[in-house]
Amino acid sequence: MAADPGPALLWHLRIALLETRFQFLSSLRLPAFAVPTLLFPLFFYVFFAVVFQSGGPSLTAPTYMLATYGVFGIFGPSIFGFGVGVAHERDTGALLLKRTTPMPAAAYLLARVGTAAIFGAVVVLALFLLAGFAAGVELYRGQWFALAGAIVAGVLPLSALGLAIGAWARQQAAVAVVNLVFIAMSVLSGLWFPIQMLPGFLQDFANVLPAYHLGQLALKVIDLDLGRPLWFHLALLGGQTAVCLVVAAAGFRRFSGR
Amino acid sequence: MDPTPPAAAPENGPPLANLAGVSHRYGDILALDRLDLEVREGEVLAVLGPNGAGKTTAVSLLLGTLPLQSGAARVFGSAPDAAGVRRRRGAMLQVSGVPETLTVAEHLALFRAYYAAPLPTARLLEMAGLQELRDRRFGKLSGGQKQRVMFALALAGDPELVFLDEPTAGLDLDGRRRLWDEIRGLKAAGRTAVLTTHYLEEADALADRIAVIHRGRLIAEGSPEEIKSRTAGRVVRCVTSIGVDPARAFPEAAGAEMKGQHLEIVTAQPEALLRRMFALDPGLSDLTVVGVGLEEAFLALTGDGAGPEGGA
Repeated sequence: MAADPGPALLWHLRIALLETRFQFLSSLRLPAFAVPTLLFPLFFYVFFAVVFQSGGPSLTAPTYMLATYGVFGIFGPSIFGFGVGVAHERDTGALLLKRTTPMPAAAYLLARVGTAAIFGAVVVLALFLLAGFAAGVELYRGQWFALAGAIVAGVLPLSALGLAIGAWARQQAAVAVVNLVFIAMSVLSGLWFPIQMLPGFLQDFANVLPAYHLGQLALKVIDLDLGRPLWFHLALLGGQTAVCLVVAAAGFRRFSGR
Repeated sequence: MDPTPPAAAPENGPPLANLAGVSHRYGDILALDRLDLEVREGEVLAVLGPNGAGKTTAVSLLLGTLPLQSGAARVFGSAPDAAGVRRRRGAMLQVSGVPETLTVAEHLALFRAYYAAPLPTARLLEMAGLQELRDRRFGKLSGGQKQRVMFALALAGDPELVFLDEPTAGLDLDGRRRLWDEIRGLKAAGRTAVLTTHYLEEADALADRIAVIHRGRLIAEGSPEEIKSRTAGRVVRCVTSIGVDPARAFPEAAGAEMKGQHLEIVTAQPEALLRRMFALDPGLSDLTVVGVGLEEAFLALTGDGAGPEGGA
């Protein structure tokens, strides 16, 4: 008889770590994924917050953008990793093959969330260095950590959104849909420029966008949010994540029932 | 009585895996029609049939990647997708790839980790002929090399039962021969394997037993010799007043079926058959006699074997 593969939890953890490691390696070696997700947020931040604001009267803009471009930085790896990555692996049959193995489905999802979190954390770290050293942003130590935590935690709702797209769209369509959602939601959520600059009805519409709530949560850390209570953003984010997961589950059911 | 006895392979104990009375529908299309299929321990079973016969559907149900609609599917005495089953079997799917930016060795490392007692990496590389390619990225491999990687992944867990769904589809002759050698190696190592193919030649070269599926039904099973002997011959096609049931009972007929207006009979003795038919129906018309192609071979098998009584 085959030996028991150790305590179940440890085994799951080991698989999840290995899956994450290889998922990360695989993504890192894919220039079409790694280059834009790592460089776009940094490029935007340098351009808008460092160069554009250089010598400006206040540090409010670079500080504000640190939060919103941080969320933008986690948005890319989450939605591309799940949206395009999952659609690709489903179309190539890689997902189906894994379903025939003992791999726990949770390990696969964890690996993708973990990979997005690692990419996101790298972006956040680089943004922080840019903000601190090039833009002169000053925050309390606790705020740096809270901001990093709030941004990286955004990987969960944004991954759920990506998963919902990846579960439904074919790979080619997924690339287009993800790009569209990514750009449109970034603008409409106030990640590229402050949401106050949008017309009122669009500010109201932003409430249905998870990226908006993540932006507000990050801004709340540095007291630059619109002043809605914490629970409001958390409740809507939770609801939106649940909807995305239900949509994703329906998509996978449709696929497996072919 | 049935002129050709069913396969004489001994049955010892319950089958390792089986489908019993399984029907499967995709919308309006009936892909499997009350299919019974048994996989016995230690054998290489070839599931042979033309494209669209239902082979991949049958394998998917045995793998648990498709939900069962009706009938029963058991593997190692459990549901096909039970965790315990997944640890003991491996699969090579018809449409499958793995991430292109990882190397062969990395893919093997990941799949080996899923199992409690995986085969050593060196052994897997050797079994699939991948020693030279271990550090090559999957995306940089040729079609045949990719298939060999998929084969190695199917074996990563040292499975007792391996499913190979059209493993040589799309390979050139050389690639096909190489994979054949590797599948023979499996058998030598005492594994049970289920192989789907639409090449009689491939089934003949690799299998201990062949199950022929046509339009979602098991229409014959037996050793490669039995199946081959039943598919040799000619097809006599004509418009006649002779019914399909009497035609099936002719001693020269290996099988018979109505195709629209035409009666088609597969036979090894066309001359004797035609003498008998002209004696019964002098008005027989629109006659052709052709060699058996694979389609006709399946028709021949439809006429007898395990197929249920065909409709008129």
